[in-house]
Amino acid sequence: MPQFTDLLFYALAGLTLLFGFLTVLNPLSRSPVTSAMFLVLTILSMAGLFVLLHAFFLAAVQILVYAGAVMVVFLFVIMLLDLKEDERRHFNQVAVGLGGLSALAIAGTLVAAVVKSVPAVAPAGRLAEGETKALGRLLFESHILPFEILSLLLLVATVGAILITKKDLR
Amino acid sequence: MEAINYLSPTAQMILFSALKIGVVFGVVMTAVAYAVLVERKVSAWIQDRVGPNRAAPFFVDYLPVIGPFLVKLGIFQPAADGLKFLLKEDFTPSYVRKVYFWLAPAITVIPALLTIAVIPFGSNLGGQKMVIADLNVGILYTFGIVSLGVYGIVLAGYGSNSKYPFLGSIRSSAQMISYEIAMGMSVVPIFLLTESLNLGEIIRYQAEHGWMILKQPLAFVIFLIAAFAETNRLPFDLPESESELVGGYHTEYSSMKFALFFLGEYANMIASAAMMVTLFLGGWTLPFIDALNLPAGSLLLGLVHIGVFLAKMAFFMIVFIWVRWMLPRFRYDQLMDLGWRRFIPLALANIVVTAIVVALFNH
Repeated sequence: MPQFTDLLFYALAGLTLLFGFLTVLNPLSRSPVTSAMFLVLTILSMAGLFVLLHAFFLAAVQILVYAGAVMVVFLFVIMLLDLKEDERRHFNQVAVGLGGLSALAIAGTLVAAVVKSVPAVAPAGRLAEGETKALGRLLFESHILPFEILSLLLLVATVGAILITKKDLR
Repeated sequence: MEAINYLSPTAQMILFSALKIGVVFGVVMTAVAYAVLVERKVSAWIQDRVGPNRAAPFFVDYLPVIGPFLVKLGIFQPAADGLKFLLKEDFTPSYVRKVYFWLAPAITVIPALLTIAVIPFGSNLGGQKMVIADLNVGILYTFGIVSLGVYGIVLAGYGSNSKYPFLGSIRSSAQMISYEIAMGMSVVPIFLLTESLNLGEIIRYQAEHGWMILKQPLAFVIFLIAAFAETNRLPFDLPESESELVGGYHTEYSSMKFALFFLGEYANMIASAAMMVTLFLGGWTLPFIDALNLPAGSLLLGLVHIGVFLAKMAFFMIVFIWVRWMLPRFRYDQLMDLGWRRFIPLALANIVVTAIVVALFNH
């Protein structure tokens, strides 16, 4: 049923954009917790888009890592800080300008990438052994160096985070 | 029955999926109701009490011997409990954040029920696979959905807008994130051995090579203990610990909203019991008997497989309940220490050792 999946794509893409918009600019609420919850919904609808692309692994990891772990920590911090001041604060004009500028830059990059790209044919042969395995091979055979560099970066970030939270360094 | 063959494959798929969802939902809801009864009875026996033995609907009088016996067992108690929850006043305090206060109970229940979708609770029944969604990334899906369960509790604490629920929800989010890591790491050796994330494949591997609990006892122990923390059960029920936080995250809730939290907790227990049976105890298979170890060829055998699965699940439910009434609660720093400094390093070591063994002997 190609039409049905098309319909689902437009619905999910629309929801992703709507929730994304409500994350940063919600007319009904200025509460940071509401923003965080809309970000969770954005992430969930993006996972839905991945499912439509048959990227089940990515969809599951998207939910597991972003919605399940990162956003919970976000909420945790927001609730602990209790940002009541921020609810009342007006828009910072410099921040709005800079934010708009970076949004435009990212949008420009994306449009350029889309215009330049050639519509690809789905590689049928590679997915034969299951897409999780294919992804693993890609990561650990062709892209092993960037992958390891990223792991190292994460390790450094973890050590840095622990260092910052230590009150007295001996 | 002939009419089914005339339907298109898509229509058949939708029909059978709807049927499976309906039946599984009914079974889980009934299991939740009776798990509460078993909890009350077992706690009564452990504390040398009798437990619920009074609830008796009108038709008991017409059943000569068996009626009073069923009343004594408390068989009708879940119906009375359910009605009580529905009919009690639903009180919303004035200081709550209404939207989140209303959303939180629903958000608690939904993930618990969604997890059950990928569990293969039997081999097949008349050509139908006994799993609602046969996903290739079954385990990752489960972990993803389980990790969403924390939102219900966090939002309950935030929405209630008072101190005890807030403390409970803060504790719960920290606890669930911590133990999710240990839990997720403890199952990695299983992927290494089975080379698949599909739960059906994992059961097939266990039918051929023996149950995973024998090959990965350490992973099983970590998973079991992390499951207690993830379901907020004693000895890790710090999010609601009634002796210090009144009722924790559900202090402000009453009536059906409170019942939904209750339902979510027991549905979570059922889901994690089902996961443990699937990952470590061979799912619906029983070793040494070929008829029970291979996918069923007849309706009767298919039903027997489902029965085996349910029996194994019931065993874990009893363990959950038994542990709750036997052990005291942990202190919060002990809980965190156990999660981060004992289980995560142990699980990591288990992954490394398994990977080395697999690399040496399988290739």
